[in-house]
Amino acid sequence: MIGDIDPLIINLTIFVLAIFVGYHVVWNVTPALHTPLMSVTNAISSIIIVGAMLAAGPADTDWGVWLGAVAVTLAAINVFGGFLVSQRMLEMFKKKDKKGSE
Amino acid sequence: MSANMVALAYLIASVFFILALKGLSSPESARRGNVFGMLGMLIAVATTMTLTENWMLIIGCIATGAVIGTIIAKRVQMTAMPELVAFMHSLVGLAAVFIAIAAVNNPVSFGLPAVLPAGSKLELFLGTFIGAMTWSGSVIAFLKLSGRMGGTPIIFSGQHMLNLLLAIVMVGFGLWFFFSETTNWTAFIMMTAIAFLLGFLIIIPIGGADMPVVISMLNSYSGWAAAGIGFSLGNPMLIIAGSLVGSSGAILSYIMCKAMNRPFLSVILGGFGSDGGAAVVDDGTQKTYRSGSADDAAFLMGNADSVVIIPGYGLAVARAQHAVKELAEILHEKGVTVRFAIHPVAGRMPGHMNVLLAEAEIPYEQVFEMEEINSDFSNTDVVLVLGANDVVNPAANVPGSPIYGMPILEAHKARTVMVVKRSMGVGYAGLDNDLFYMDKTMMIFGDAKKVVENMVKTI
Repeated sequence: MIGDIDPLIINLTIFVLAIFVGYHVVWNVTPALHTPLMSVTNAISSIIIVGAMLAAGPADTDWGVWLGAVAVTLAAINVFGGFLVSQRMLEMFKKKDKKGSE
Repeated sequence: MSANMVALAYLIASVFFILALKGLSSPESARRGNVFGMLGMLIAVATTMTLTENWMLIIGCIATGAVIGTIIAKRVQMTAMPELVAFMHSLVGLAAVFIAIAAVNNPVSFGLPAVLPAGSKLELFLGTFIGAMTWSGSVIAFLKLSGRMGGTPIIFSGQHMLNLLLAIVMVGFGLWFFFSETTNWTAFIMMTAIAFLLGFLIIIPIGGADMPVVISMLNSYSGWAAAGIGFSLGNPMLIIAGSLVGSSGAILSYIMCKAMNRPFLSVILGGFGSDGGAAVVDDGTQKTYRSGSADDAAFLMGNADSVVIIPGYGLAVARAQHAVKELAEILHEKGVTVRFAIHPVAGRMPGHMNVLLAEAEIPYEQVFEMEEINSDFSNTDVVLVLGANDVVNPAANVPGSPIYGMPILEAHKARTVMVVKRSMGVGYAGLDNDLFYMDKTMMIFGDAKKVVENMVKTI
């Protein structure tokens, strides 16, 4: 059964389904928030920090580990920069208090 | 942590990422969504930490990145969002390349067999070349958006042939890498180098106003790069997060292309405005326009019942958003209905104008998308166009015009039109704008910010 299936096929299944999820979720994003959408997705794509951490992970340090360390730094800039700048923008879209929200 | 526990934690993180995007469906839920995104990232990083040994090194790197990222996020001007996003895309691309190189160097640290199987090689090939193109393309986009490089398309003959040739050679090296028994560094490095070069070459022919498409496309690429790395490492979370971002960027590119009524391919092949402009023949007659002062305009707006303001890239360049907010407030106090109309491609990235208006604390209830407000222009007393051009050009309704079919804001239907512009120069499409020559149109020349400030003083 599932154990006989090449992992590539399982990953492909996940990939296709995730694209469908993305497609439906993103069409519901209001156009006014397209810039925050870009900065949030940008922060999410820095999930490759996981790969970078694995590259920097082994105890026996060689040049690949250093390369991984640089990648961790680059991705971390993106994680913090992306989420924080999104937060800053989204704060601006708050309803003004004087208008009174129901 | 057992492999199953790690996989479950990654699943939770993936769900948080989906919720982060789902939150963006309305401004009220968006902040919570963003917090979900951060939580997802925290879970993913903390879980991965248990799989590594160099804790000190990794924590040091994350801390360094955190400081730099936080400073950038706090200091960046809202008008500079497009270049910030381009810059951040480039980081994702470069990190993807570094990870792929590290994986080829030491597959075991990623849980891959010491001799890379064919499937992994293919996936690494994909992840590397998408990452490399994302990096170099984003660097060019960043340079163009931040004005460090001219926005005019760079075009030379045989450009597309060269790109095609390079792509074929790149795939050739990829195949050589793929079929080599041992790790073939020559093939891998050549392939990566060509992918970097291709990223540059693909973006340089694309001009300034096509940037909303380019930046969305690079957004998409950065997602596919992450998904590609996910395939190489057999990590479903990377595949899910990458696909979400990839499809998001693709949808944004589609929306932007549709708003310009241009096929995606022609944007990517570039060069709009350089040859398109030549198609417009000057009929020789000197068209006349009426120019006025900020005072005249202020008087007209002060006596109007309804005013619609159409912001464009000029507003961002002049950083006039706060002045505009003041203008809107004063008019509002005088009992004038003020609304804002936003064209999807106004500015240099999707949603650019909305963010600037939000920064100036203009309530988003006053801000309308093109479809919402277009039918109201005929009942509007005054339209104030601030640094926008092609998006209000009635030539879009004239068959044969280069921009024929592009959806526009129908400013020409209003009773009076006022256009704030620096000169009579043509817009990005290289077209003259008949709106400027209409009897009911008044041109006000000058920097958008100064003009609006003068208006505020007069009213």
